[in-house]
Amino acid sequence: MSNRRDFMGYALGGFTAIIGGIPALYAMKRSWDPLPSVKAAGFTSIDVSGAVENELTVEKWRGKPIFVLKKSKDMKADDRDVVIGSDRFHVSIGLCTHLGCIPAYVSDEHKFKCACHGGEFDASGHQTFGPPPSPLEIPPFKIDGTTIVLGEEGPEFKKMKEAGLTV
Amino acid sequence: MNKINKELQILGVVAFFTLFLYWGVEPFAHSQMHKHVEGEGFAYSEFKASGKKGNVENGKVLVTGAGACTGCHGIKAINSPAPMDASMSGASYGVNPPDLSTAGALYNAKFLAELIKNPAHALKVEHKFDPAKGKMHPMAQFYGAGGDMDQEIADMVAFLKSIAPKEMTNKEAYVDACSRCHANRYGKLTQIGETTKFKYKKDELAHQIKVLDYQDSLKKYMGKLPPDLSIIIRARSEHFLETFIENPQSQLVGTSMPAVGLSHEGFEKVIAYLGETGDPSKPARGELGPWVIIFFVVFSGLAFLWKKEKWRGHH
Amino acid sequence: MAHFEKANSVGEWFDQRLAINTLKRVLAFEYWIPKNINFLWAMGMVLAATFGMLVVSGIFLLMYYQPNVDLAFDSVNYTIMTEVGYGWLWRHIHGVGASVVFLIIYIHMFTGIYYGSYKKGRELIWLSGMGLFVAFSAEAFSGYMLPWGQMSYWAGMVITNLFSGGSLEAYGLVEWIRGDYVPAQAFLTRFFMLHVLLLPLVIIGLIVLHFGTLRIPHVNNQDGEDIDYEEAARLYKEGNVKDSKVIPFQPVFLAKDIFVMGVYFILFFYLVFYHFEFAMDPVNFDPADGLKTPAHIYPEWYFLWSYEILRPFSKDLGLIAFAIAQVIFFALPFLDKSPNVAPASKRGLFKFWFWAMLIDVLVLTFMGKLPPTDALFANIGLISALVFFALWIALPFITKIEKKL
Repeated sequence: MSNRRDFMGYALGGFTAIIGGIPALYAMKRSWDPLPSVKAAGFTSIDVSGAVENELTVEKWRGKPIFVLKKSKDMKADDRDVVIGSDRFHVSIGLCTHLGCIPAYVSDEHKFKCACHGGEFDASGHQTFGPPPSPLEIPPFKIDGTTIVLGEEGPEFKKMKEAGLTV
Repeated sequence: MNKINKELQILGVVAFFTLFLYWGVEPFAHSQMHKHVEGEGFAYSEFKASGKKGNVENGKVLVTGAGACTGCHGIKAINSPAPMDASMSGASYGVNPPDLSTAGALYNAKFLAELIKNPAHALKVEHKFDPAKGKMHPMAQFYGAGGDMDQEIADMVAFLKSIAPKEMTNKEAYVDACSRCHANRYGKLTQIGETTKFKYKKDELAHQIKVLDYQDSLKKYMGKLPPDLSIIIRARSEHFLETFIENPQSQLVGTSMPAVGLSHEGFEKVIAYLGETGDPSKPARGELGPWVIIFFVVFSGLAFLWKKEKWRGHH
Repeated sequence: MAHFEKANSVGEWFDQRLAINTLKRVLAFEYWIPKNINFLWAMGMVLAATFGMLVVSGIFLLMYYQPNVDLAFDSVNYTIMTEVGYGWLWRHIHGVGASVVFLIIYIHMFTGIYYGSYKKGRELIWLSGMGLFVAFSAEAFSGYMLPWGQMSYWAGMVITNLFSGGSLEAYGLVEWIRGDYVPAQAFLTRFFMLHVLLLPLVIIGLIVLHFGTLRIPHVNNQDGEDIDYEEAARLYKEGNVKDSKVIPFQPVFLAKDIFVMGVYFILFFYLVFYHFEFAMDPVNFDPADGLKTPAHIYPEWYFLWSYEILRPFSKDLGLIAFAIAQVIFFALPFLDKSPNVAPASKRGLFKFWFWAMLIDVLVLTFMGKLPPTDALFANIGLISALVFFALWIALPFITKIEKKL
């Protein structure tokens, strides 16, 4: 009799935890998820036809700064460059891969320097000094004439991703 | 007695480590983080005074003559209106040229003389405006009116001083010296004047568009929109503001903020206004502080007596 | 239903229904505290009072604060600071209180370490106290987000980025925590909720637990003496207060606590009125700007030591070191193998361990704020971080060989 009473107690507890608790936790988890409107907001088009060599422009995409740098002839070409016609561009998310600060571009040295923890990147976004563990990330992009569309994965981006040049 | 000694010893150890900790994370850390810049109290010693005594009458002729200052600047003090309103001026020059009525009161005389002679040099923006690269400062250089140029400049400065008001409020000083570039939303100031109340939404939006247009020209001229100064007094130390306003390049190399040329009195008025908008509770703090502290001193005294009473006979 | 007599007084009426007299006896007049203590034993009540200050000032700030990315900054810096009557006072009390509460927490913690107040039955006091430390840290961090200044934004960015787990690249988790790709509206509102509701509830719960854990093992004393409480209480109740080794919580222990509290509040309000910059960082008076990193990013002073443990290593190693540093103090009662409950000065090598740990944490704190680009400071930081771990590894060994007192 007492065993059976225990069993019903455990059954009630188990039922509540599994059928009630887990879905409730799931609902709570879902409430913390980014909203669909937040996720959807965010295809940024950048027209690069007027870009000046070795002059950094900073655009905004999903709240993050985007570096667009037109490379001059004396800057080393890199597989990570976005090539439009005969021009090469460095396009990256302008957040240091260490802890997410925004590096500043020093045009004389062709370098990005992060003020937070002293990390440095070259003009192709490769880390050259300090704590950053990986190159500046390349945002998903698609080339559309002289316009770069961020947020969409074009064939050029897919190729870079497959080659492991960005995450 | 021995017991009290021990308590005091422990207090000494705690106080020592607390103060040491404070020293490390505040004075020491800040001395390492910020370079120390020594100001010279708005003396402008790099500009040499010509020593010439200015003639007010001649100065007036030079300032108000054809193709002279009043071609761009208004001077309300002598009823000479600005040729264009703020938005149009902004669109043409990047920034609205100041009304000169109060220049003689706000700015250092040596600075004014240098400014008339070579604006980009006096304003310390030669890195931005280099005639050799075809980038001219929007304020035209004064090449002389045919006579002794130093004398003519001295005359113009003397004239500006003669029309300057004897007394200016802190706000007036701030508006004339800073507000054509910097908004101050807590002081309800935009770059083109005070934020007024509008009865109709349409008028309000039209005004906002005017402000935005002006800010767009300013952005183009300065590289970015100069920051709102509402609460800058708490965001930067007073020492930083003093040395930065005196010579912006000393604190921030390459900044497009010009040296303003404030005299020491002018600076004090400006900083006082920044205090009014950014830290208005300062007087109230000073007033209430002693009373609260006295309260707790009395409280502690009473608490000590209560403690003595309660612990009587315990040792 | 229980049988109720007619009450002859208000007190009796409550006593019949709530057992007030029993509560008073158990919680106050016959709650025995050792007599052999110094003012450091008042830090618990000082903390409670400071927490009270934070709650009261927080209530008034809450009346005008707007958890909206466009309005938050001005609602704090304009509405509360200039328009609300005495709004500036609540804000300064709240800002200074948040900083000072950590100073007292650290003093309270190191007092416990020094006198061995975490051993032999007192483990739960230590664990619940550490739980409070973590809850207060989360409360401080979430509160720091609310003015939505530059330091709020960038601290939020950097700290939530830690959850990507280095090479694990769990950016999904980071975005889940933020509710957006970067700290934005969803981020601000959820940290507002944490700061004003969930975390205060947790803190209050933990405070109750912390008091509860003191009850059975009793408060430690200056010499770690094992007091016979029944005997001491009997002596005290017989009126032999001089020979009794205990005092009642109320009014004798409280009388001293309240005096210490008074002195503490003199200092506290001096800071509130005249010296608040250390607690209200100037950088946070610049509005949040996601496209401009401040020249120096550093946490508030009380997080600097663990921040410095993160910094000198490579990304993954740094994160692991940081994670261990966050929880290692929890393990203190289990890593200290000595049975001695005594002040560190009487405990052989532990004496050196205590002062070395205190100074190492101080050095880490100093280095945590300095720019990382200076090689000398970076090296000092690295060495102190290594010393920190070396001390924890050494602890079981040096306490194992400690002579029994």
